[in-house]
Amino acid sequence: MTDPVLSVRDLRTHFFTRAGVVKAVDGVSFDLAAGEILGLVGESGSGKTVTGFSILGLIDAPGRIVEGSVMLNGTELTSLPEAQLRARRGRDISMVFQDPIATLNPMLTIGQQMRLAINAHEKLGRRAAEARAAELLTQVGIPSAEARLRSYPHEFSGGMRQRVAIAIALLHRPSVIVADEPTTALDVSIQAQILYQMRDLAAQTGTALIWISHDLAVVSSLATRLAVMYAGRIVEQGPTATLLRDPRHPYTAGLIASLPATSKPGEPLAQIPGTTPSLLSLPPGCPFAPRCARQTPACTEEPALTIEADRGWRCFHPVGQMHEEPA
Amino acid sequence: MLGFIIQRFMQAVVVMAVMSVIVFCGVYAIGNPIDIVIPPEATEEIRLNTIRRLGLDRPLYEQYFIFIGNLLQGDLGRSFVYNVPVLELIGGRLPATLELVLISVISATVIGVSLGIYAGYRPDSWLSKTIMAVSVLGFSVPSFWVGLILILTFAVNLGWMPAGGRGDTVEILGIEWSFLTADGLSHIVLPAVNLALFKLAMMIRLARAGTREIMLTDTIKFARAAGLSEATILRRHLLKLISIPIITVFGLELGSTLAFAVVTETIFSWPGVGKLIIDSISVLDRPVMVAYLILVAFLFVTINFVIDLVFALIDPRIRHGASA
Amino acid sequence: MSDQSTPLRRFWAEFRENKVAVVALVVMVLMGLLALFASVVSPQNPYDLANLSLMDSRRPPGFVGSGGYTHLLGTDPQGRDLLSAIFYGLRISIQIGLAAGFVSLTIGTFLGILAAYLGGRIETLIMRMVDLQLSFPAILLALVIVAMLGQGKAQLIGALVAAQYAYFARTAYGAAKAERGKDYIEAAVATPLSTRLVMLRHLLPNCTPPLIVVATVQIANSISLEATLSFLGLGLPVTEPSLGMLISNGFPYMMSGRYWISVYPGVALIILIVAINIVGDQVRDQFNPRLRR
Repeated sequence: MTDPVLSVRDLRTHFFTRAGVVKAVDGVSFDLAAGEILGLVGESGSGKTVTGFSILGLIDAPGRIVEGSVMLNGTELTSLPEAQLRARRGRDISMVFQDPIATLNPMLTIGQQMRLAINAHEKLGRRAAEARAAELLTQVGIPSAEARLRSYPHEFSGGMRQRVAIAIALLHRPSVIVADEPTTALDVSIQAQILYQMRDLAAQTGTALIWISHDLAVVSSLATRLAVMYAGRIVEQGPTATLLRDPRHPYTAGLIASLPATSKPGEPLAQIPGTTPSLLSLPPGCPFAPRCARQTPACTEEPALTIEADRGWRCFHPVGQMHEEPA
Repeated sequence: MLGFIIQRFMQAVVVMAVMSVIVFCGVYAIGNPIDIVIPPEATEEIRLNTIRRLGLDRPLYEQYFIFIGNLLQGDLGRSFVYNVPVLELIGGRLPATLELVLISVISATVIGVSLGIYAGYRPDSWLSKTIMAVSVLGFSVPSFWVGLILILTFAVNLGWMPAGGRGDTVEILGIEWSFLTADGLSHIVLPAVNLALFKLAMMIRLARAGTREIMLTDTIKFARAAGLSEATILRRHLLKLISIPIITVFGLELGSTLAFAVVTETIFSWPGVGKLIIDSISVLDRPVMVAYLILVAFLFVTINFVIDLVFALIDPRIRHGASA
Repeated sequence: MSDQSTPLRRFWAEFRENKVAVVALVVMVLMGLLALFASVVSPQNPYDLANLSLMDSRRPPGFVGSGGYTHLLGTDPQGRDLLSAIFYGLRISIQIGLAAGFVSLTIGTFLGILAAYLGGRIETLIMRMVDLQLSFPAILLALVIVAMLGQGKAQLIGALVAAQYAYFARTAYGAAKAERGKDYIEAAVATPLSTRLVMLRHLLPNCTPPLIVVATVQIANSISLEATLSFLGLGLPVTEPSLGMLISNGFPYMMSGRYWISVYPGVALIILIVAINIVGDQVRDQFNPRLRR
């Protein structure tokens, strides 16, 4: 494997609230190769969005990255001064958000917003900037792009707004884009369009994607690798096909079993019993233990990372390996 | 866009009509002005004559229609006390009030919005906390009391500024202005500060609350993720987003400052309409009261109308008729 | 901090974290007590003309008057002990603030909930009226009403209520309207409960937090407005001076350096209003879910 464009090691982002310390991200590690699409899957509250924001250094108070490293193209981002970090945001790494209605400024035209994003990193004349903006809009599938530069966000549909947001994220051809559930707020038919368009764009430009989603079905059709998050940790990661066919962590297995496609018609969908634990009162050891059918007293210890070829998991009693002793 | 303007214009006309009825009834229906205008020792004949001359013998609704008829012809009646046309009386005092109000509100807005954005942007810095503490004071302390303290400090103790009056004026476009002469300026500083303080506090709070809320939105996060500098975010995104509530309040405050000028003008003996109305209330000079209230209502409605137009100009959503 | 405690306790625990607000609360309560027991703590009854001597008038703080005791804050033009006058003035100011606040609260809440509950024409009528009034400065409204009704405590309270009920109506309306749209209210309306019961049991509790916030602010505003009107000479009769009246009485003497007649009552007024506002601010912040962390 070539050097990864992005390498996250033992990332910990905690929120220091009135009620206590919320360990939203608590020891996340992964690598991202150029052009790769990593699906970051988990229930809401599992820390996937915070992971995304942490990578870009966009954590607001009372949150803070307390530990860990984020290496982008060989540069450590967590210790970078804000000005230098800003110079990389949007240029080397950018982000697309969940709700396109909330992300674009309703008071500025699409053209103005795109020019702001261009001028943040490059001093281009108005003409040249508009030409670049129009080019990107055309690329993401917005017809008569030049005329649309003078439009305001409210004149676009939700799907079109998200395309604009994607175009802004792509403006400087970053090596990584963090996409935080960019299709969740859209109609199903538009979801698929945008999904595949983004995959193609990433492939064309060599941009690596981190695709954050709670929907395993969506991510697995797109991502080359999957990372499954639970309670602030990645409990299992590996190539998409391998993970889907042969999950190790009981939580991954549960997610796969609850996919509508895997259940037989007429039978109820499988569910994972219980609910996501509060991050304020996590049980010691494996956070999934209280909901896990394979739980044993050993689970009160923190399970170490087991690595096997190109995959890894954190579980004492992995699925499909019952005959083996826990590592 | 045109439909929007027409709709708002009709609304304004309706509001004015309603206001004129309320004001007229409110002021005319209660109390008896005859006792004030006519000396008790006057003969019955003088009494009746005066009543007839002032139109006070007719039914209330007739008085109203006469009033409206005259109003539309620009005749708001004659003051009971000064016996001059009310419009002349008020017109002569209005420039002084407008000058004071405009200077106060504009400076309060410019300074208040800047301070408020800072306080909202860095809510935990000591400067922000100081700004907010001062704004709580400005908000809480009654305006007349601030006026007293200003006089006590700057006029009585330090002697830097005069305690009252308008000072020298210059006539431009047929209107007397104080702020263009050194003496006039020294006279207007204290009342303007007095009048502006409450508005300043209000603008600070408004801008701070708006900033805090907007800075947490995805719009700002997205702009940050795109690598925009904080200065650009504040200048291009925040200022634009915050402008709508600021303009609304600016307009409303212009109106209410006009009303608060009553207090400031009384304290600083500023010869504006506010002082006139206080004097008129104490002697129940009804035509002046009615005319003043109608005028204030008119200014309010006009300001609101203008603000709606400004909204339509700055907010693309309204401009394109996305929402009314 | 534990989550098992009652909401009230949790509220207090959070309140306690803001030291400034706690101090303000203490000051507020203290001033309330001083007003309540004005006749006990005051060295003199300032309303009893027999106690007053013109020889003692306009004396500076620390002056020992004909009563044989020290006037800590000096005396006013009528020869009243200023400290006593302030205690009594505080009592009147608070009385009027509370009365006006309470009546406005009742009327405003009633109208607001009624509008939200009934809907249709009545809603339009009530809310149009309220909005029209809100766009009109309270002080102007109060001025005109006092001018029309004449002077006196009841008239003054009436003017303050007329100028302020609209804020409560708006708030109650907003909260009730948001609640009204929810399914459970629809369900309650569908069950054979009387209208009044639905309003009281379901809509009112949901309007309470914002109303408390508005009430604190409006009581402070009432006190300030009353002082302003009194200062303009349109408030209470001179025989029972409120704080505003005391300040007004001293104004003419300020130019000649007799600052204390106006300044001390003013200081008392401001401490009271600022204290109420700080407490109100803290309560509002605690009720505002968007600022919660």
